[in-house]
Amino acid sequence: MNLTLKIWRQKNANDKGKMVDYQISDVSPDMSFLEMLDVLNNQLIEKGDSPVAFDHDCREGICGMCSLYINGEAHGPDRRVTTCQLHMRMFKDGDTIHIEPFRAKAFPIIKDLVVDRSAFDRVQHAGGFISVNTSGNTQDANSIPISKHAADKAMDAATCIGCGACVASCKNSSAMLFVSAKVSQYALLPQGQVEATDRVLNMVQQMDDEGFGNCTNTGACEVECPKGISLENIARMNREYLSASFKG
Amino acid sequence: MALDSKIPQGPLVDKWTKHKNNINLVNPANKRLIDVIVVGTGLAGGSAAATLAELGYNVKAFCFQDSPRRAHSIAAQGGINAAKNYQGDGDSTYRLFYDTVKGGDYRSREANVYRLAEVSANIIDQCVAQGVPFARDYGGLLDNRSFGGVLVSRTFYAKGQTGQQLLLGAYSAMNRQIGRGKIKMYNRHEMLDVVIVDGKARGIIARNLVTGEIERHSAHAVVLGTGGYGNVFFLSTNAMGSNVTAAWRAHKRGAYFANPCYTQIHPTCIPVSGDHQSKLTLMSESLRNDGRIWVPKHKKDVDAIRSGKLKPTQLAEDDRDYYLERRYPAFGNLVPRDVASRAAKERCDAGFGVNATGEAVYLDFAAAIIRYGKEKAHVKGLNENDDALVKELGKEVVKAKYGNLFQMYEKIVDENPYETPMMIFPAVHYTMGGIWVDYNLQTTIPGLYAIGEANFSDHGSNRLGASALMQGLADGYFVLPYTIGDYLSKDIRTGAISTDSPEFEEAEKNAVENINHLINNKGTKSVDSFHRRLGKIMWNKCGMSRNEKELKEAVEEISALRKEFYKDVLVPGTADEFNEQLAKAGRVADFLELGELFAKDALLREESAGGHFREEHQTPEGEAKRRTEFQFVSAWEYKGEPKDALLHKEPLVYENIEVKERSYK
Amino acid sequence: MWFGQKMIALYLCNHNKINHIMSGILSSSIGRKFAMAISALFLMIFLLQHFAINILSVFSPDTFNEVSHFMGTFWVIQYALQPVLIFGVVFHFVMGFVLEIKNTKARQIKYAVNNGGANSSWMSRNMIWSGLTILAFMLLHFYDFWVPEITIKFIDGDMSGLIDPNNSESGFRYLEHLQHKFVDIWRVALYVISFVFLALHLLHGFESAFQSVGANNKYTKGLKNFSKIYAIGIPAGFIFIALFHHLNQIL
Repeated sequence: MNLTLKIWRQKNANDKGKMVDYQISDVSPDMSFLEMLDVLNNQLIEKGDSPVAFDHDCREGICGMCSLYINGEAHGPDRRVTTCQLHMRMFKDGDTIHIEPFRAKAFPIIKDLVVDRSAFDRVQHAGGFISVNTSGNTQDANSIPISKHAADKAMDAATCIGCGACVASCKNSSAMLFVSAKVSQYALLPQGQVEATDRVLNMVQQMDDEGFGNCTNTGACEVECPKGISLENIARMNREYLSASFKG
Repeated sequence: MALDSKIPQGPLVDKWTKHKNNINLVNPANKRLIDVIVVGTGLAGGSAAATLAELGYNVKAFCFQDSPRRAHSIAAQGGINAAKNYQGDGDSTYRLFYDTVKGGDYRSREANVYRLAEVSANIIDQCVAQGVPFARDYGGLLDNRSFGGVLVSRTFYAKGQTGQQLLLGAYSAMNRQIGRGKIKMYNRHEMLDVVIVDGKARGIIARNLVTGEIERHSAHAVVLGTGGYGNVFFLSTNAMGSNVTAAWRAHKRGAYFANPCYTQIHPTCIPVSGDHQSKLTLMSESLRNDGRIWVPKHKKDVDAIRSGKLKPTQLAEDDRDYYLERRYPAFGNLVPRDVASRAAKERCDAGFGVNATGEAVYLDFAAAIIRYGKEKAHVKGLNENDDALVKELGKEVVKAKYGNLFQMYEKIVDENPYETPMMIFPAVHYTMGGIWVDYNLQTTIPGLYAIGEANFSDHGSNRLGASALMQGLADGYFVLPYTIGDYLSKDIRTGAISTDSPEFEEAEKNAVENINHLINNKGTKSVDSFHRRLGKIMWNKCGMSRNEKELKEAVEEISALRKEFYKDVLVPGTADEFNEQLAKAGRVADFLELGELFAKDALLREESAGGHFREEHQTPEGEAKRRTEFQFVSAWEYKGEPKDALLHKEPLVYENIEVKERSYK
Repeated sequence: MWFGQKMIALYLCNHNKINHIMSGILSSSIGRKFAMAISALFLMIFLLQHFAINILSVFSPDTFNEVSHFMGTFWVIQYALQPVLIFGVVFHFVMGFVLEIKNTKARQIKYAVNNGGANSSWMSRNMIWSGLTILAFMLLHFYDFWVPEITIKFIDGDMSGLIDPNNSESGFRYLEHLQHKFVDIWRVALYVISFVFLALHLLHGFESAFQSVGANNKYTKGLKNFSKIYAIGIPAGFIFIALFHHLNQIL
């Protein structure tokens, strides 16, 4: 396949940045999207140009490091995949592909397609945990039976990989799906109940302070989420937050 | 220097308890005066950083990813072992210990493995308390599955994402401490050197990967939880960024490197599809609970399948060779990884590989789908003889168990594994070798510790499935926090360590020179091209089976490649910016040294043990043949070039387990 | 005496707490969307009520007149509920703008290519535009009905509701006023367009309000279906009323 790539190039955080065109040939349909970019980068390096910077690590869809806004969608046109799992067979010979970074005020660009998602970490610092020390003396794991239903739902929420596709896809740059996945995981488990009130208030506060937008329930996040995290989690966080607010 | 493993005296079962009672403690007020650096934030590093901070030490944690949550532990799929015996199937601490030592082909350290088995149950309790959503049965209790090389069900799991959930558990514990200010987190930082002051590890040199700045960080002790070096093979199931740099630079500063040749080749990975491939994807070992591995019995069928004239589903049962079930009736498809991988290679080498490259075997779920479907139909009171219905119900069960893995497979290969068998082939997955540590997890440099995959101690020459997560968390949560206290108790009066000493000066200068050399080299070949070539040498000559001739060639070729690298590598950009190629160049440079030591170690070890298979040493049936004279750990001391590395031997003594022929028949 | 002080203290304390909660709620993103949802639910109930009365003009003109008179003159409605309604409308609009501005600020550089249609409905992405259309319509609607009503009642001081205040036989003026407004084809056309936008606004707004207050459970599917019926049915009904009166007068 031969393709035209339009890629966002930005030297560093202070640079203005622009879209630059590249031609690439001999792309195999079995390549992953990132392998296609590897090929491009190798060409650029050998020509003496600077390669396109993009985040990636595990390349099997679990670390959440890869991002990219491809043809107007986070992680590209395929569903339930991260960019590293997107394969070139999704595209046709002669296609033009737009590649941009995940954009949000809370995700400042570091270079080219690499963005800083540490806002997500800071939201987690504010309450994404259960306060239990490592003592080796916690109670036996089977002493708290948890219904399979609740455990499965908690697991569904916990599969979030923190990639930021929800924020990138949201027209408001809202981080509600990400934050609600963590809040939900703990809200669904008995271990999470003790700190539930403070957790949701603090995490939402931090989320707002980071400059994410307000959720308007468009549902784009759920569709683009590579792990299929459900909007139910956002509703649950709304409930948790409202009842926590009224509890004071 | 003679190796002292510092294994406590006394009976095996009491060693750890007694040791904990005898070591020195640091009082809470003094802990506040002590700094600890933890490099790497996977299961081992993350859990260690969180626990040390909980205890009151000031922790500085480093990771090269953009968040600690992205460390490659996150990709572990199948599960974590623990001797809980919830299933009542005869499991015990001793049996887990026994299985692990036997699975490691009697090349691991008895006392360490027993301690690992001992604390394994605590890990599950701890993780559940942290909110890790392990799979549960309908009664609300924890569920288990089986893994290779054992006869009990002791593996706890969270769908096919156990590593993710455990890592997020450790990450959440870290978050709590970061929020409290007890951990200072340095994301996108790479450790370039350990700084040794007066013979003790007192800090590191790190590069800020965003700005390119070289930074000095001091502490009273340094912990490396930096993972394995499987990426020396270029293609592996490791993450793209996984590297040996931290461990290797520590080695260069005096930490012995143990058993570098012990590499785990995982039997169930998605086969290589072309030259463009950047990494290999693992399909969890848990799939072997239900999947049956086979190749066609007859060459003519192989040819028909390769040319697309025959579909695997059309091949009659009698024309299939379920070679694991045939060769190992007792363990069948659940033999340990090294055995399963070699068996696959044996069939493919004999010409029975089922894909175009001849390097793939089938992993078939058809039987499991029917079995589960019938069961489900029976439970629901439906017609068990309705094939379509049974198949549908069976698929549902299989989907619930392995859905995410099947989806992953389909996305990569573009074939539906519910309808046609998966194609799999072995791939490099884990490295049992690593930095040599004593019973306290301390390396040969005082004050420098190595935990998790970065050290060598617990898995011998072959790791059992679901044991890496167990070891990482055991080291980080339950072992290191005790043993490091003993060392730090002597440092309560030391005060803050200055970064202005000549030792820091020298280390920083050294790091800067290395970087400048790479940047200013302006050669003609990309970093990746060297890495690929190294990987080819490693895979062809130091891979699943090794022999003297090829290992000797590998040593020479790697050494020559390294020279060429330094002469002709092209690193674009500058040192003071976000420059992935530069970071990668440093890592590949270290792989080029490690690779040679790897081959040298494999050459030395004239026996077959676990993942290390020397063609010269096999039984008539082609099984690995150990030799008593090699019942030792080879720990290498750095002496300049890898070829000059000096061998130290730590003899392995087995007092509580009989060393015998490892058989899974 | 002591008891009284205690009560006052308690009141003040609770008052502060309530203030605290309210300001806390409006300063958080979830609080704002909750407030948006509550005002929306309130307006949707009002809309249903408005529709119920208006449809009477088609089926029972007398009842329509009577109910209109009651609504226009009963003090609870005029002095208590009407201000609440106005507050609700203004709040919903102002909050809508505030959210839009905040949300625009949350992404400073826009995407060169954005395929929103792949993951969300047009309605959900364009609430501000459907909302603005409805705002424009409301200005017209106020000019058409509310301003004359207020003028007659509170400036002219005519609270009788009669076509000719001096003639008690002349009958109520409400239906006549309504019919009069629907003679012009351009006004009917504007009304119809506005109702289409109202339907678009409601198509997202209705179910969104439930999600915002935290209701997402096994009833959600049913609720979504109901929301479609409401969102299309009510505006369609209004369109029917407008066309009915228009056609009735020209045919």
